[in-house]
This record gives sequence, C-alpha cells and structure tokens, in this order.
Amino acid sequence: MSRILSVALNTFREAVRDRVLYNLVFFALLMMVAAVFVGQISLGIESTIIVSLGLSAISIIGLLIAVFIGVGLVSKEMEKRTLYALLAKPVRRWEFLVGKFGGLVLTLTVNTMAMAAGLFLALLFVKHSFEASDATILIAVYFILLKIAIVVSLALLFSCFTSPLLAILFTAGLYVAGLFIHEMRNLSGSKVSPAVQAFFSWISYILPNFENFNVMAAAAHGKAVPGILILQNTAYAAIYCAIVLAAASVVFSRRNLK
Amino acid sequence: MTVPAIQIEDLTKDYPAGFLNTKKKRSLESLTMQVEEGEAFGFLGPNGAGKSTTMKLLMGIIFPTSGSAKILGRPISDVEMHKDIGYLPEQPYFYDYLTASELLDYFARFYGFSAAERKARVEKMLKKVGLETAGKIQLRKYSKGMLQRVGLAQAILHQPKVVILDEPMSGLDPIGRREVRDIILELKRDGRTILFSTHILTDAEMLCDRVGVIVGGKLQGVGRPDEIVGLKAQGMEILFEADTGNAKTAAILAKAAKSGSRYALHVPEESLYLTLDELKAAGAKITSVAQIKPTLEEYFMHLVEKDRAQAAAIEVHGK
Ligand SMILES: Nc1ncnc2c1ncn2[C@@H]1O[C@H](COP(=O)(O)OP(=O)(O)O)[C@@H](O)[C@H]1O
Ligand SMILES: [Mg+2]
Repeated sequence: MSRILSVALNTFREAVRDRVLYNLVFFALLMMVAAVFVGQISLGIESTIIVSLGLSAISIIGLLIAVFIGVGLVSKEMEKRTLYALLAKPVRRWEFLVGKFGGLVLTLTVNTMAMAAGLFLALLFVKHSFEASDATILIAVYFILLKIAIVVSLALLFSCFTSPLLAILFTAGLYVAGLFIHEMRNLSGSKVSPAVQAFFSWISYILPNFENFNVMAAAAHGKAVPGILILQNTAYAAIYCAIVLAAASVVFSRRNLK
Repeated sequence: MTVPAIQIEDLTKDYPAGFLNTKKKRSLESLTMQVEEGEAFGFLGPNGAGKSTTMKLLMGIIFPTSGSAKILGRPISDVEMHKDIGYLPEQPYFYDYLTASELLDYFARFYGFSAAERKARVEKMLKKVGLETAGKIQLRKYSKGMLQRVGLAQAILHQPKVVILDEPMSGLDPIGRREVRDIILELKRDGRTILFSTHILTDAEMLCDRVGVIVGGKLQGVGRPDEIVGLKAQGMEILFEADTGNAKTAAILAKAAKSGSRYALHVPEESLYLTLDELKAAGAKITSVAQIKPTLEEYFMHLVEKDRAQAAAIEVHGK
C-alpha cells in the first residue's frame, strides 16, 4: 500500500511541476468574464447560466487532462526509460499502475475542487447568497470526477498496449460512444438487422455508461438528486475502474519494456 | 555448498524483428552461467553482444523466451527479492522534474526506510558519488556523467547484496571512471556480489575476479582474467640493440622488428636459448627477455574475429 501511495504522490508532484494545474487560470478567467457579463444582462437566469457554463467547463477541462495526461502516465515512463530503475525496486507492476492512476485522480480531484470553488465564487457574485439547493452543484461535480476517473483508467489501459496517439483516439472514441448507450439499446424498430441490434446491445454493456452521471440540468435548476443515484454511480465507477485497471495490469505485467 | 548469488540457466531471448514483427531476432542464446557470492564478475562483449539484454532479463524489465534465472536462490519473477538487489540501467535516465535528492528519497521509500533514515542515506550516497553540491538541482539540468553518478547512487542506496551495473563507466571522464572504480572496489570489500558489463577491457582486468566474454548473444568463455589470457600459446620477446653494419647480424635483423634504436624479436619458447646464443655471437646487446602474454584485449579480439560474421550482423542491428 505504501508503495502505491509513493508512486501516486510522485505522480501528483510531476503533474504540479509540469504545470498541469495552470488550466485553473483559464477557468478562473472564464468564470470572471461570465459572471461580469451575466450580471449585466440580468434576465433572472444568471445563476442557471453560470452553473451550466461552469459545470461544462469543469467537465471538459477534466476530461481533456484525463485523456492526454492519462495516456502519458505509463507510456512516457516506458519511452524515456525512467521505469527501468523504478521496476528494479521492490514494486510490482500492478502497484505501479494503480499508483499512477491514483496520482492522476488525486491531481484531477484537487483541480476539480479548485474549479468548483471558483464556480461558487462566481455564483456568489451574481446571486449574492447561496441556497440549500445549490448543494446539487457539488453532487454534479462529484459525478464529473467519477466520470473522469473512469476515463483515466481507460486511457491507462489503452496506453499499455498501443501507441499514445492510438490510445488517445480509443479513449476519446469510447467516451463518445458511451454517450450513446441509450440509442444503442433502443435500435429495435429501426431498419438494422437483429444481429446488429444484438451486437450493439451487447457492446452497450461493455462501454462506460455515463447516462446517469449527467445531472447538470438538475444542478442548474436547483433540483435535488436522489441519494440512491449517488450510491449507484459511486459503485459503478469503482467497479468499472477496478475491472479496467485489472485488465491493464494483466497486459502491462507481461509487457517487455523496450 | 552455498547457492550462487546469480544462477542463469539456458536463458534465451528473441526480439521481434522485421516487417510487422513477423520475424525473430535471437539476442541471447542459451546463456548458462553463475556468479558466486561476493564475487565481482565482469560481463565483457562488444556493442550488441547481449549484455544489457541479460541484465534486463535478470531485473524483470523484459521476459525470457525460454530458460530461467535465480538471484540469491529466488526466481527472477519474485519482485520482493529486489530488496537485496541494486541495478544501474545502461545510459540511465530519471524523472527530470525531480532533484537528485528527491529522486533518491523517492526510491528509498520502496525499501521502507523511515524519513530520518532516508534523509541520512540520501546525503551519504550523494557524497559518495560526488554530487553533494548538486543534490538540489533538477535532473533535467544534469550532464550524462552526472546522471550516471545518480544512477550508481540509486543502485547502492539500500546496501544491496547483489549489484548489477550496466556499463557503469560509460559517459564518465577519467576522474569519474576512477571514482566509480573505487566505489566498485569498496562494494567488493564489503562482500557484495557485483555483476557489471563493459566493453572496456582494462576496467574488467582491474576489478574482476572472473570475466565472461559474450559475443553475438553467445557466451564464449568464462574464467579469471589471467586464466583466460593464459589459454593462448605463448612465446618470448627479446629486445636488443645491434650494429646494422655487421654481416653476422643481418640474418637475425631481418626477422626482428625495429623500434627506435632497439630491435624486438618474437621466438617460440623452445628456441629461446639458441636465439640468445646467436645474438651473443653477433655481438648484440640484449636489453630484455620477457614472456609474451596476450592481453585480455587480444583474447577478446580473437573471439570477436572468430565470430565475425555474427558480429557484422550485430553491427547492422546495433545503434
Ligand atoms: N528492444 C529491442 N528490440 C529489438 N532488438 C533489440 C532490442 N534490444 C536489444 N536488441 C538487440 O539485441 C542485441 C543485443 O543488445 P544488447 O543486449 O543491448 O547488447 P549490449 O548491451 O551487449 O551492447 C542487439 O543486436 C540489439 O540490436
Ligand atoms: Mg548494453
């Protein structure tokens, strides 16, 4: 456990030193401009706009970091051969992988929390006070984080057996495909053959299913999110990540480094 | 009978090669050898011989096509045994966003040292490899020689029983080489087992109890440096000064090689006295008589020549 933690903390340190967190400056600027601008128009939907915009930005920035840094987590260490000395230490390959995953998820958690804080500041600026229903924003942020963790695990898996570029394409592809799960399961009645229908319905259970993770609309309108959904999404993300990381470990543990 | 520190059996490694990796290239062929406890073993061979491949196999960085190996009696797949092993990769490269102290501290964590112990060890190691003033500089600013030193420090940080060093002297200036040599000698005095690779023979001659010569992925011979050299037929070398005008000396001088005012004559051991008599009769002044010992280098070249076809193939693939 302490080995995994050591790898994770070093990964976090790397991200910080490589200025990954600088994206926060961009987010802060975006929120400031939006807050000032929305404050001017004042249509009574200021907070809805701020929340929608803020959550979208948090999601997109997080996903971009998850894909691009996630793919580099292991492949960069193989490419630069920094792994040679590390794997000569008493550390198993799966421990290294899980540590790398944990390190990036930690980085993204810090990053997302900072962005969420920025969003609340912008909200305070336009509304001058908070309501209890604004807590839904926190839940939305939490779901975004769960989604990001799944994407990191996928990026890690693909980078274990393909080139970084292909790994980026595969991860992005799976993410986008995961947005159409509903459509894949409801192909019946359309003109496609039953075999294709069966294939898509089967594949829809392998793809990451993000359908339940999007509560942006509820957050923007201050609606509550059922507690069971929080539990369900947490369990889904944990199990999905565990399976993907296990697969990545199997692949990576057999791999000859170059 | 104690178990050997490193025991390699029939270790073979094929790398995928050719179009779409459809072909295979054998880089190590049925390597069988042992390194005894407390021994300094030199792994000698030209570039592309398979030295790094062997070491990477031992460290579990790559996996064998066939064969097996044990370190300290435990299979190489057992990562826990790395507690007792130190490894310096060839042309090492480390996280360039860390300083040398941070890197060593990070690595030390995997051995479960306390924070205080880590600090003390890191300081000691930096001093040992001559980087005490550079410990707070990020590794991206390090020269190749400095990285080599950091590499050595991380390999011996935890006082391992077995130290595996891949070309530890490469990238170093003469002073650096000397310092690394001293560190290896110190490890040897401490009773640690050392396996190191080099293509520089003098290093091996100076440090090793035994050497193994590998060419084209095949082990060609193992022995004490002087033993290996002793394998070849020897002769005698006579150095002398003589008068060129003398008709009696002309016949002998024709066989000798001239260097400056001196002549050198190589003769088989059995005809030494006869030749000396002839030289005496010719009025030559004999300055030295010595046994010709082929150097490790000559032995090495001899093996390489023998394997020239293979060596040529290696050149094509090598860097
Ligand atoms: N990752 C690799 N893929 C393909 N061939 C390799 C790889 N690594 C080494 N080789 C080949 O294996 C042979 C042995 O290489 P190596 O063990 O590095 O030699 P040495 O360390 O003795 O110079 C060389 O011919 C080299 O080209
Ligand atoms: Mg080598």
